[in-house]
This record gives sequence, structure tokens and C-alpha cells, in this order.
Amino acid sequence: MTTLPPPSAKKLGLVIDLDTCVGCHACVISCKGWNTENYGVPLSDQNAYAGAASGTFLNRVHSYEVQPPILKDQPAAPAQLIHFPKSCLHCDDAPCVTVCPTGASYKRVEDGIVLVNEKDCIGCGLCAWACPYGARELDAKEGVMKKCTLCVDRIYNENLPEEDRQPACVRSCPAGARHFGDLGDETSDVSILVAERGGFDLMPEQGTKPTNKYLPPRPKDVEPEYDILAPYLEPIAEDGKGFVSWLDKALSALPGGAK
Amino acid sequence: MHPAPSVIIFTTFSGFGFGLLFWLGIGMPAPTGWVALVFFAIAYIMSVGGLLASTFHLGHPERAFKAFSQWRSSWLSREGICAVATLLIMAIYGAGLVFFGAQWTVLGWLGALGALLTVFTTSMIYAQLKTVPRWKHWTTPALFLILSIAGGALFSGNIKTAIPLLIIAAALQAFAWFHGDGRFNASGTTMESATGLGHIGKVRAFEPPHTGTNYLMREFIHVVGRKHATQLRIVALVLGFVLPVILLLLGAKHVLGLLAVVSHIAGILALRWLFFAQAEHVVGLYYGKR
Repeated sequence: MTTLPPPSAKKLGLVIDLDTCVGCHACVISCKGWNTENYGVPLSDQNAYAGAASGTFLNRVHSYEVQPPILKDQPAAPAQLIHFPKSCLHCDDAPCVTVCPTGASYKRVEDGIVLVNEKDCIGCGLCAWACPYGARELDAKEGVMKKCTLCVDRIYNENLPEEDRQPACVRSCPAGARHFGDLGDETSDVSILVAERGGFDLMPEQGTKPTNKYLPPRPKDVEPEYDILAPYLEPIAEDGKGFVSWLDKALSALPGGAK
Repeated sequence: MHPAPSVIIFTTFSGFGFGLLFWLGIGMPAPTGWVALVFFAIAYIMSVGGLLASTFHLGHPERAFKAFSQWRSSWLSREGICAVATLLIMAIYGAGLVFFGAQWTVLGWLGALGALLTVFTTSMIYAQLKTVPRWKHWTTPALFLILSIAGGALFSGNIKTAIPLLIIAAALQAFAWFHGDGRFNASGTTMESATGLGHIGKVRAFEPPHTGTNYLMREFIHVVGRKHATQLRIVALVLGFVLPVILLLLGAKHVLGLLAVVSHIAGILALRWLFFAQAEHVVGLYYGKR
């Protein structure tokens, strides 16, 4: 049934640090790689080497320019460039699940991961219409809906070394901008990170109650204030010593030399 | 939203088809024999044809029967069930009229109720979507229903009823357009809330995630069609309502009646095209577009 289960105690999800992300797209590529070779049908590309290339991705990195407001009597603060990875947020109140007519979309009772049973998917696209985040993409070749699985085939996979039992995007991030854990547990590392850094939801007004959280960019350093008299002060080392001082005097003594 | 021909044809013609079945179900008119066969054939060609058209955009139409299972949560599933149930009931009612010259009134009213429920469930597929503020409003189901009943009245030859219904439908459509224009801004979803970066300042899309297009942009960001929205609204109002009403008032004999029907169909197609093309999905904000 595509009715949502009661909120699970365990809420597996991601915490994405917008302060740390450098926009390298390594998570995009590792996600595409892992999810093409593993869970479900591959993520296809169309015209990958021709003019109008297009393809299915479960994770995409946007980049935004944010211009702080110009305050009165102050020079405009420089605009900030913020890289913004976006994938399924595994919402508690997932609108994509309830609209599904076949029961292919479901939210797992045990850990809250939202998945698609591809054998039941008719590819109507209504779940993608219901998602405000653009987390679901209909694969153009296979005709079924693809979405982030939170690498469900990695995180519980005992055939992998322990350090690899996390989503491919988290494992591959060179900047440590992505964190994986249980956001239902207040004492988990990710929950502490969210509490300390002021993690927030995307589009809270849509009422989806996302599990994934985003950490805001840290405030930028303020330019230090200089003493306005500094340029008028006498140089301290007037009678220098040593080789450089001798060279200075010797060159000044030449015809046309600077005093 | 991408105005896919399959969904435009589906919503337009299944609306007419079930509207006609509604009037046939309540016995207005209640023909028998060959005349009944023609009426029911027209209703079924439109309603079944529309439903078939809607399967063209499916990735896996061969699994469509699975869509009957999730009636507890999904409006799309409910629509499938209502449509099939109505078509079965009306087939029995129609067989009574065509082959036995008998009008099984209870069955007809049940089918008429089913036809209304089908149109309502169709409209709720769109009206439920919080992601498309233009659709998430009571005018969406109200319009689908009145357009279906008005169109059905026209097809079934209930001229005296069709005229006021067409006028009410036109007024409601004009209100829905006017009110819908402001709903995206009123929804409170902005680039700032989408990115959560509004506390720093004004957000601008600097670089998209990829050089080309993608499924999301093809499906949800449709800018081209909105350019001529005002002209198309006028075309839809004139063809869909003004012209048919004038033709009906002139005397709805065969040629004029047919012209009124053809004009109405063209108007509703334009209106449905706008219904999709003008609807903006909030996901466009991530691309700095609407």
C-alpha cells in the first residue's frame, strides 16, 4: 500500500554541508556509477557523445550566487558562490509515495528510506510531479522512475569493508561535505552536527518533513580594520644594516639613482 | 508543466465522454435502438479513447492494471477504478436501451454518479499537487466538473441546459485564470526557501548542474507557451463558450449544432493546453526558472 507508514524511529539520511562543498561533482559521478551497476535498472544516457546530451541522475549539484543586501553607507559585500548538491531527502511525509497508483513507491518502515519497486512501476511520472525537490527522474530508456536509494545495497552490505558501508556520494566526497547517519537518534553524530550548525530543511512550507538536512555556509571573515595614519608614519628602519642596506646606498649613489 | 498531447487529449475527451454518459444516465435523453447506439458509441469513443490516450505517456503501459490497487491513497488509482466501474455500469444500461428498449433507471443514475466521480477523481490528480500552486485550488475540480457537464449537455442535445452551463463555466474559467495567476507567489515557495540561503541575501542560479537538459526540465519547465497566454485565453473563451452559445441561440439545428460542438471542442483543447503550459512547478526554482 502506498499509504505512508507511521514515522519510523530510525531515520537514515544525509547531512550536506554547504560551507564545505567545493562543487567538484564527485558525488554525482560516484552515484551514477554505483547505481548504474547495482540496485535496479541502469541509469541511462541519451546522445551522450552527440549534441543534445541528456541522462538520468539521482544526485545533481547546482551552484548559486547569493548577494548579501547592500546596507546604507557601506560598500556592497561580495557575492558568495554556494555549491548545492541535491538528491532525495527521504521525507517523513513523502508526497511522492501516496500519489503512486500501483504501490511501486514505498517508504520503508524500518529506516525510512523511500524506494521504488521497479517491477511495479508503470512510469506514469506522477510521483515526480508530486516531489517539490526534483528528486525523481523517469529513465528515458527503461521507462521506470529512478531515485536515490540512499545506497541501500551498500549501507547494509556485509560483503563490503566496514568503511564502505555508506552511500557512494558520502564515501567519495573529497571535502567531507556529506554525512550519513540516523537522524532519528538525537545522540548520533549527524544529529549533533545538525544541532550545532543550525541544519535546515529545504522548502519547509511544502510540509514534506524531509529527513536530509543542509548546513548553512559559515559567516564570511570580516576585513580587518587598518590604522588610517599608517601611511603617514616614518619608516622605522631608517639606517639599516647589512648587505641590503649597503646595496641600497650604493645604488642610490650612482648617477640618476633613486634617493 | 509540459503540455503533453496525450494528457490534453485524455482530459478533454474523457471529460466530454463522461459528461455525455452523465446525461444519458439520468435519462436526458433516453433514446432506444439505433439512436441510443449512436449516442453511446460517441460517449464510449470519447471516454475510452481519452483513457487510452492517457496510457501513451506511460513508461510501461502493459502494467497499467496494477494501477487499480492503491485506491486508499492515490487519486490516480481511484480514477482508474471509477472509470472502469462507470463504463461497465453504463454498458449494461446502454445495452438495455439499445437491444431491449428498456430504461433501467437505477442503473442509469448509478452510472451518472460514477461519471461525475470519474471526472472529479481526474481533477484531483492535479488539484492535490502542492508542487503546482496554480492547480492546488477548489477551482480545479469545479472547472473539470462543470466543463464536463456543460460539454455533455452540448453533445447530448440538452440545448436549454447547455447555454447557462456554458456561461457559468466561462465565468468560472475566467475567475480561475485570474486567481491562478497570483497563486505561485502566494504559495510562499521561493528560490530562498528552496535553497535555504535567503538569510544571506538574494539567491540567483549561477550554474546549472549540467550543460544539457534533463527529465525535470523537459517535464516541469515550459516557458515557450506562456508567451501567448493572453491571446490563447481569448481564443479559448471565444471558441469554447461565446461562439457555441451564439450558435445555440440562433437555433441549434443540425449544421449550427455541429458547428457549436466543433467550436467548443477547439476551445476546450486550447484551454486544456493552457492548463498545463501555464502551470508552474516549484522545482523550476532550483533552476532559477518557472
